[in-house]
Amino acid sequence: MNSPIHIPILRLGQSYRSLDTIKFNVSGQPLEISVANSGLIRRDLKNLPKSGAALRAIPCETLVGYMEKAAELYLHGNLPWGDDGRLQSPDDYAAALSQLTGLPHSLGRSNMGKVHAAMSNIRAVIAGLTRRMPLGLFDTGVIRQDGLDVNFFPQTDSLGVLLPSNSPGVNSLWLPALVMKIPVVLKPGREDPLTPFRLIQAMITAGFPREAFGFYPTTHDGGDQLLFGTGRAIAFGNDTTLKKYAPYRHIQVHGSGRSKILIGDDYLGEWPKHLDVIVNAISANGGRSCINCSSVLISRDRDKLADALARKLAAIEPLARDDPAAILCGFANPKAAKAIDERLEELLKTPGAVDLTAKYRSGPRVAELHGQTFLRPTLIVCDDLNHPLANTEYGFPFASVLQVPQEKMIDQIGESLVVSAFTHDREWSADLMTSTNIERLNLGPYSTMRVQWEQPHEGNLFEFLYRRRALQGDLVAV
Amino acid sequence: MSSKLTPAQAQTALDAWTRKMIAWHFSPATGCDYWLKWAKAAGWDPRKEIKCFADIAKKFPHFDDDVLRVELPERFVPKAYAKRPYNVFETGGTTGMPKQRVGWDDYKTDYEEFSDHYGPNFFPKGTNWLMVGPTGPRRLRLAVEHLANYRGGSCYFVDLDPRWVKRLIGMGEMAMARKYQEHVIDQAATIMRHRNISCMFTTPRLLENLAERMSLVKAGLKGVFVGGTTMTPQYVRFVVEEVLEGKINFAPTYGNTLMGLAISKKLTKADKYSLTYYAPQPRATLRIVNPDKPEELMPYNEYGRVELTTMTKEFFVPRFLERDEAIRRPPCDEFPWDGVGDVRPFQSLTKTIIEGVY
Repeated sequence: MNSPIHIPILRLGQSYRSLDTIKFNVSGQPLEISVANSGLIRRDLKNLPKSGAALRAIPCETLVGYMEKAAELYLHGNLPWGDDGRLQSPDDYAAALSQLTGLPHSLGRSNMGKVHAAMSNIRAVIAGLTRRMPLGLFDTGVIRQDGLDVNFFPQTDSLGVLLPSNSPGVNSLWLPALVMKIPVVLKPGREDPLTPFRLIQAMITAGFPREAFGFYPTTHDGGDQLLFGTGRAIAFGNDTTLKKYAPYRHIQVHGSGRSKILIGDDYLGEWPKHLDVIVNAISANGGRSCINCSSVLISRDRDKLADALARKLAAIEPLARDDPAAILCGFANPKAAKAIDERLEELLKTPGAVDLTAKYRSGPRVAELHGQTFLRPTLIVCDDLNHPLANTEYGFPFASVLQVPQEKMIDQIGESLVVSAFTHDREWSADLMTSTNIERLNLGPYSTMRVQWEQPHEGNLFEFLYRRRALQGDLVAV
Repeated sequence: MSSKLTPAQAQTALDAWTRKMIAWHFSPATGCDYWLKWAKAAGWDPRKEIKCFADIAKKFPHFDDDVLRVELPERFVPKAYAKRPYNVFETGGTTGMPKQRVGWDDYKTDYEEFSDHYGPNFFPKGTNWLMVGPTGPRRLRLAVEHLANYRGGSCYFVDLDPRWVKRLIGMGEMAMARKYQEHVIDQAATIMRHRNISCMFTTPRLLENLAERMSLVKAGLKGVFVGGTTMTPQYVRFVVEEVLEGKINFAPTYGNTLMGLAISKKLTKADKYSLTYYAPQPRATLRIVNPDKPEELMPYNEYGRVELTTMTKEFFVPRFLERDEAIRRPPCDEFPWDGVGDVRPFQSLTKTIIEGVY
């Protein structure tokens, strides 16, 4: 057997092997991940001013160039696996990612593509976040706009991120911080330490200073230290995570997305043409994303729509992880799949909900195939939005279909990360645009999974990290 | 506390001590009301049936520490101590009634042995101590002061109320818990800056926090004694290398109000910072038992549940199942009886436990 590959802690420039480790086995290759104790993290955070200084010493334009170069290295390069000089090819990475997270190779690759795009389009991403302010803003803090001096300053010395394991694509969220000269302190998800580590290696190889990266696989306690020890932080999680961190303004919590498709009355006759868009919104990325659609609302013909969707979703079969057509993800923890299945069956006992996919799929919801445990796509038709299955989400292709009059939809959807409203109705569009419950709004027959680099994903990272202040007087020294 | 006996001699000494303590606690002339009535209700006489330590595991059920909440402390006063006022020491009590035990000199015996184990320079004699941690109704507060006095010094105190911290965390008041911790560390840092302190007792977490405020080496600290929470090998390494900068003597302990103090074996390179604690045998004995069949010992180097038996003239607790698990470790040069390694909360890998909050 090969000696273990060891993924170390990165202590703002220093690689460190912990005596506490998490062990995995990737196709016979042992993999050890160093686990940081919380005190070590707190101690390191005191050195963040040096990390910030290292980034500030480099012009933003240069950092953008580094990011573009890092994009290619991440997608195509051989980068350090761990701390002993062995190199990881993109194929090694995709295969190991699949082993650890259950993502089929195809989805791993498509996530790599998303992250690569976020990096290589960094100019567009930053322009979208800053509304096209010149990059020099991050060098001097001042730009001149329409004859006015505008000053922005960082509100924090770092960005802490508690990453999830469900989808490597979410790593694209923290990447722009480095170009904005804000160091990052990352706690990887338990099953995906590989993606942030590979990204950091790509960025260091491309030219970013090592000191700009903290990488701390750690416990819940360590995660808390990271969130409370950084001036701005992002945490991914479920409703419990949201509740726990909601009181803290410096922490942005990405909880359940509860993303939805609303079919406007002007599209009632049109939806059969867009069934594949809806199926994509529910099932793309294995249904693991917070931007996957988890509810579809329509004002009539609910059962027809639900039946058509159920037939298409039920046809999505679990495939081997290396099958290029694979859509469904295996569960890294098979017990979690079984627990979700049991929960769904329990909730289906509450009157008013039927699993329409049950009659079309080729076996039970839990499928043990190809050496993995899967959940087959599930479409529930619900009588009202108060049913416990009506406005919820699970980490696999799962959605509810409801019949709600168009005029009541906006009031009833609750907080929704993405809403795709299939409509060209001017008045309703105006109402949707004033809704405070919708974080990202797609108007027209588009998937909730649609990403435009110029648009912020959830919140605006620039506005989270920087603040504008009035700057007046003699600016000769600025 | 360390011993020159062989493991076989230590076992013989433990058996002899067991007979002596059973005779003491179950004799109407010296025993306490609780155990005398217990034996009567049980229908057997421990003085006749307990011939060695192994008989304790065969004959006594596990001690239910809830009786220490329910019963009045005076029921545990041995007749031989009836004329001496006693200390009441508490443990638990985050909600509801705490557990209470009576005591007279046990804590002094424990801490004098602890002191003698470390010799004159580990904690320099004649220097002052600072205790930062739970004081209040705890044995530890008197014990640490006695330790300081026994070594010719005085002790300063900064209190931390763990019941309040646990309650804050239970209520989700994380920010307030952090502020309270900062308040405690502020006080400790003030004492460190304005008084001559060479030795300290605290919890590992508070030690870390204090070291984030100042270099403990530059502050003049020579020896630190900690206890209270789980310390993984990585954690121990971190404390030794970074918090104590590899220059301050470090004495981790495992203990509680019912047991006293288990000292950790001196770390060697081969230990890779994995701690092993040895109970103050024969006054207290720790066994690592099978969690599903607590009558069985676990094999060496495997995790099991910690079982405590305390036998002093002041207090008798047979087979108490601690809320901890640990690795059963063999006797070593310093201690010729079983040790408990890498202690952590029982079933900590499957349950969420509020631990290490202070």
